[in-house]
Amino acid sequence: MSHTFDDISAQLKRRHRRSARLKWISMGALGLAGLFLVLFFADMLVKGLPAFQQAQIQVEIDYNEDAQRMGRAALDPDESRLVSRTFERLIPVELRENPELLGTTETRWVLADSEVDQYLKGHRHKLSDDQQATVDALVEQGRAALKFNTNFFTTGDSKMPEASGILSAVMGTVMTMLVTLAISFPIGVMTAVYLEEFAPDNRLTQLIEININNLAAIPSILFGLLGLAIFINFFGVPRSTPLVGGMTLALMTLPVIIIATRTALRSVPDSIRHAAFGVGCSRWQVVRDHVLPLAMPGIMTGSIIGLAQAMGETAPLIIVGMVAFIPDVGASFTEAATVLPAQIFTWAGEPEKAFVEKTAGGILVLLAILIFLNASAVILRKKFERRW
Amino acid sequence: MNMQAAPRQTLGAAPEVGQPHTRNEAACHDLSIRVRDLKLWYGESQALKGLNIDLFQKNVTALIGPSGCGKSTFLRCLNRMNDLIPSVRVEGLVEMDGHDVNQTKMDEVALRRRVGMVFQKPNPFPKSIYENIAYAPRMHDLVSRKPEQDELVEKALRDAGLWEEVKDKLHQPGTSLSGGQQQRLCIARAIAVQPDVILMDEPTSALDPISTATIEDLMDRLKEQFTIITVTHNMQQAARVADYTAFFHLGEIIEYNDTKTMFANPATKKAEDYITGRYG
Repeated sequence: MSHTFDDISAQLKRRHRRSARLKWISMGALGLAGLFLVLFFADMLVKGLPAFQQAQIQVEIDYNEDAQRMGRAALDPDESRLVSRTFERLIPVELRENPELLGTTETRWVLADSEVDQYLKGHRHKLSDDQQATVDALVEQGRAALKFNTNFFTTGDSKMPEASGILSAVMGTVMTMLVTLAISFPIGVMTAVYLEEFAPDNRLTQLIEININNLAAIPSILFGLLGLAIFINFFGVPRSTPLVGGMTLALMTLPVIIIATRTALRSVPDSIRHAAFGVGCSRWQVVRDHVLPLAMPGIMTGSIIGLAQAMGETAPLIIVGMVAFIPDVGASFTEAATVLPAQIFTWAGEPEKAFVEKTAGGILVLLAILIFLNASAVILRKKFERRW
Repeated sequence: MNMQAAPRQTLGAAPEVGQPHTRNEAACHDLSIRVRDLKLWYGESQALKGLNIDLFQKNVTALIGPSGCGKSTFLRCLNRMNDLIPSVRVEGLVEMDGHDVNQTKMDEVALRRRVGMVFQKPNPFPKSIYENIAYAPRMHDLVSRKPEQDELVEKALRDAGLWEEVKDKLHQPGTSLSGGQQQRLCIARAIAVQPDVILMDEPTSALDPISTATIEDLMDRLKEQFTIITVTHNMQQAARVADYTAFFHLGEIIEYNDTKTMFANPATKKAEDYITGRYG
């Protein structure tokens, strides 16, 4: 019995309808995800962008006798309440270092108190009516304004929101990541090379393989516990330092790098290996001269993504003590330091309202770095991609 | 079963084990590789069932036979490429220059230095044309200085008949060449280390007819310097280029003969059926 076109199209109509429905559902899911992303970014930008501006006030500093003990004495009493206390504390220090300043005066733009900053940005503030009037007057005279917050990028954390910056966390992140990279990249790549190119396929290597895949799925806080138990308690690595943080994160990044490297090695066609063996390469020469160079873009991409993952990690670092108040920009791998996500975590817990924008600003900086890293991974992959 | 299953006595007495049934009087008969009772297993299944064959220097020997008959497997025994497959087990003698190359004490790197290989699909290294040739001689310390290296690259490319086509673009990637050129590049790469033997595993099966003809001409010229052992599915090709032809069937060498005799007057029924296209 043969079917007419009418029979067939009646049945086809149902099938087409079903596929159209599925298409709309999947597009809806994508749209929803996109919407959340846009909302998240918009919220972060609205909250975080003000952090890149900071209120400053132009004051006259009178280096008098009293200012040697109390910085506040150098300023006009009305204005002194509007100026950041970190600045006031600096005046006696300045006088001690340069005694010839005594008796002179100087006009300078200085950091305003965070309440002034919040007032000028139109946020909730605690200024009295008098103080508000003073600030308004200063603004009219052009002696108070919102300026680009270079301070945010050049200083470390502070208890005063107006003076706190992100540099110590950025430096901590850089040093921690250097340690992570230095440990996990060579070990990870060589492990993958051994498993993929040298190891026989037997029970033992299969067991190792399963365990590596499992490691990649272990909650990161357990790596923190491992770091605490082994690196700090057993080997005595100083706590809260980029060294121990980097080592702990390296444990976490290792499986990611191993898996990425194995995938990259596997994607190098066997014909290249045969060609190399055919001209008399030893196994190591095959790997070093032919397979690794071809796999390198994939290895780099995987490593960068693993590193980016480690960079956003907070939980294991809490355990090894890297969530700390670090006002100074560290310069060594064995000094206490903090990292970006930990800094964000710290700021998010501060009671002052002005820290909200710092938190969002920190998130923006972290996001920018992560986007930069991931983009470079994509570019690397595109640039060195080969077709066979 | 040994070689001459149903010997048709063309030259009087049956030849010795491993010797061709009939002689090509024009060809060279210095022994290159002597194979005795070579057996090979992939895991449980036996792929080669006791091969005996004498391969002569400065000849082209073609290995023919239906798919899965073990000719490529045999070819890979000659430079121990089968070592790369973990489940393979090999027994028997493969003698070259007085050494049993099948023994683990023979370094397979040293063996592959003397027995080069060209593969079915052209597989140049994804490096420059120059580097494709220069890499292996440099690795084996055959050249030390740059001018020496340049000279060797030019000679290998000339021998492979590729020099005129690529001399102006030596630093372009080898993969940018056409399929036939890539295969000649692979041949140049193999001869650059001055091996004694070149194994070719269906070197033209991925190429167009014109490139195939070029490679066949090349094989004809190269046999003055090298022993060439080639696997082919193409009967005409075997008839055109080979001095000797061995017919494989189900892991055994059924017939080994001077090519002319093999095609004009095969000694066995199986070989005759295969050559005339009745199966395969």
